[in-house]
Amino acid sequence: MAETSHAPIDLSVAMITQAPALADWLVVAPIIVCLTGGAFLLTQRKNTALQGWLAMLILALLVAVCAGLLMHVLNNGPIIMTMGRWLPPFGITFAVDILGAVMALVASTVALFCGLYALTEIDEQSQRYGFFPFLILLLGGVCGAFLTGDIFNLYVWFEVLLIASFGLLILGNERPQLDGAVKYALLNLVATTLFLIATAYLYALVGTLNMADIAVRVRMLPEGAPINTIVALYLVAFSMKAAAFPVFFWLPASYHTPRSVVSAVFAGLLTKVGVYALLRIVVMLMPESRSLFADLLAWIAAATLIIGVLGALAQNDIRRTMGYLVISGIGAMLAGAAIASDLGLMGAILYAVHSMIVMTALYLVCGIMIRSAGTHDLRKLGALYGRDPLLAAIFLILALAVSGLPPFSGFWPKLTLVQAALETGYGWLAFAILINGFFTTIVVGRIWVMSFWRGGPATTPDGETIDLTAMPDFPPKQRRALLLPVMGLTVLVIAIGVLPRPFLTITAGGAGGLIFQDGYIEAVLGKTANLQGQGNMTEPHNASGESQ
Amino acid sequence: MRTVIFRTIAPYLTSLMLLFSVFVLLRGHNEPGGGFIGGLIAASAFAIYGIACGVPPVRRALVFHPMSIAGTGLLMGVMSGMLSLFVGVPFFTALWVTPSIFGVEVALSTALVFDIGVYLVVLGTIASIALGLEEREAV
Repeated sequence: MAETSHAPIDLSVAMITQAPALADWLVVAPIIVCLTGGAFLLTQRKNTALQGWLAMLILALLVAVCAGLLMHVLNNGPIIMTMGRWLPPFGITFAVDILGAVMALVASTVALFCGLYALTEIDEQSQRYGFFPFLILLLGGVCGAFLTGDIFNLYVWFEVLLIASFGLLILGNERPQLDGAVKYALLNLVATTLFLIATAYLYALVGTLNMADIAVRVRMLPEGAPINTIVALYLVAFSMKAAAFPVFFWLPASYHTPRSVVSAVFAGLLTKVGVYALLRIVVMLMPESRSLFADLLAWIAAATLIIGVLGALAQNDIRRTMGYLVISGIGAMLAGAAIASDLGLMGAILYAVHSMIVMTALYLVCGIMIRSAGTHDLRKLGALYGRDPLLAAIFLILALAVSGLPPFSGFWPKLTLVQAALETGYGWLAFAILINGFFTTIVVGRIWVMSFWRGGPATTPDGETIDLTAMPDFPPKQRRALLLPVMGLTVLVIAIGVLPRPFLTITAGGAGGLIFQDGYIEAVLGKTANLQGQGNMTEPHNASGESQ
Repeated sequence: MRTVIFRTIAPYLTSLMLLFSVFVLLRGHNEPGGGFIGGLIAASAFAIYGIACGVPPVRRALVFHPMSIAGTGLLMGVMSGMLSLFVGVPFFTALWVTPSIFGVEVALSTALVFDIGVYLVVLGTIASIALGLEEREAV
């Protein structure tokens, strides 16, 4: 309402009166970059010459902004910005701690490499259809989910990324794509609806949507408040988002249908948003209820680890195999959430970082393999080593990384998780993680041997190599352009494996923030904000409504 | 659907509805209405025009592609929040100016810019869907 007040109103009770520091704008900067960039690209859809490079510029800017945000958070602790000058918990707050900043940075980096890959892979028609705007708006949703400090806003960002992902999924308009998209859309909408219902219940129970405020109020709930029911609902919703056993079916049904770069983006980013939400909401905000569900989570984690990798073993389509590997990786992250010691959570976060990079790179490599051989059927693949030894080497590195073998990125998170499991008495969970690693080695080894090492498709006699010139046309210039982003991601994989210290320190900080929420709560609600002072304020925070 | 009566009346109906949609948009600041519902009304106006006279005239009348309109709207929405940066208040704080135009005090705000953005996003998206469906039907 227009303020036509005559009597002076003390704004400092409800509103922020100091100007926010310029650095605080970093909190919302990723969203601003993505939304303005995506919107501008939407108006430039027909301009295919300009569009791709513009998108690269936007993604590079996004990476820079997220890196700045992470530096700032590492130096100064969690930072916040509340929309529209309201004092938290009333306005919509964006609050970033180390976990959120790390996830946003890795997500945007992965997306930048995917964008570079897409410059070559996505044809002009699909660009006109809007690949790049969708990609950037998807990133907006992902970053928004990582950065927000408001549970309803988290739901909104889930919707944003979901809608953008629908667009990417049906790029090309083929029949199997539509089939996959319907399954994907339906099951994801069920999950988001559950999330919304749980949030409504939570709001009814604690009367707030601000995450820091929720964390405070959940502690003060009376005996017998139905918070565990709500946590169970959240668990189902986020498990579905993250593709955990037994609700992962949407993932293998849809991830093999779109362009390989789209699958790569999805595999890298989307399921991790579900894991992030689980860590943020269940582990951080409701630790007591989480410990009640710890054993269930551990069982789900173990089942996801084993079933996922067995599913991968059973597939002959390399893209489907990768889908199941994504699922089994989710199991490892859930194991961290089940253990929830500082070491366990650190392992989960580090595994999420590793999985984002490796799974994206693997999907991209699969895209190149399919382009090289003209098939995605493992029985028809072969002799790719002769065609492209560098690709074979890269695949081997990524394969070792995804199975958790040193000296690559998968080793440290698995080591951390196993150690955490053994320390907290979850010996069988550690066993599940190790078994998963063993089977994953077989899965990726099988792909490597069958598509690179052997002389040709299934019927080729031993000791012979098929005529490589008979393979489909794939200009070397294009191949190099596609290999470059994959090499970038592979360098990251090696870097995490060889120089793990900075990554371990940062993720340990992220895990610490999940366990000791006080830093986060203090950053949002302020040092002096104790509950009694704010307990009886029930003010609507939207613009409409009463003025006093 | 392309009867003479409908074809004759459709342009008038469309222009009336567009006018009404702007009215609803502006009214929405203090009373029921707003960018979303205004955008819906405008989109249905174009849909009606499309049903009566075919899709190509609508596309010509819109000048820009509906998705470009939606993109512009989104851009306006974000920009209206960005203005806060220069005034030193948090993101999306509503800012007001009340210039006097021809002796009438007009209250302008970033909230209004945001609402116009919403109007354009809804108009562009829904018109895009509606025209796409109508085109498919014609084939």
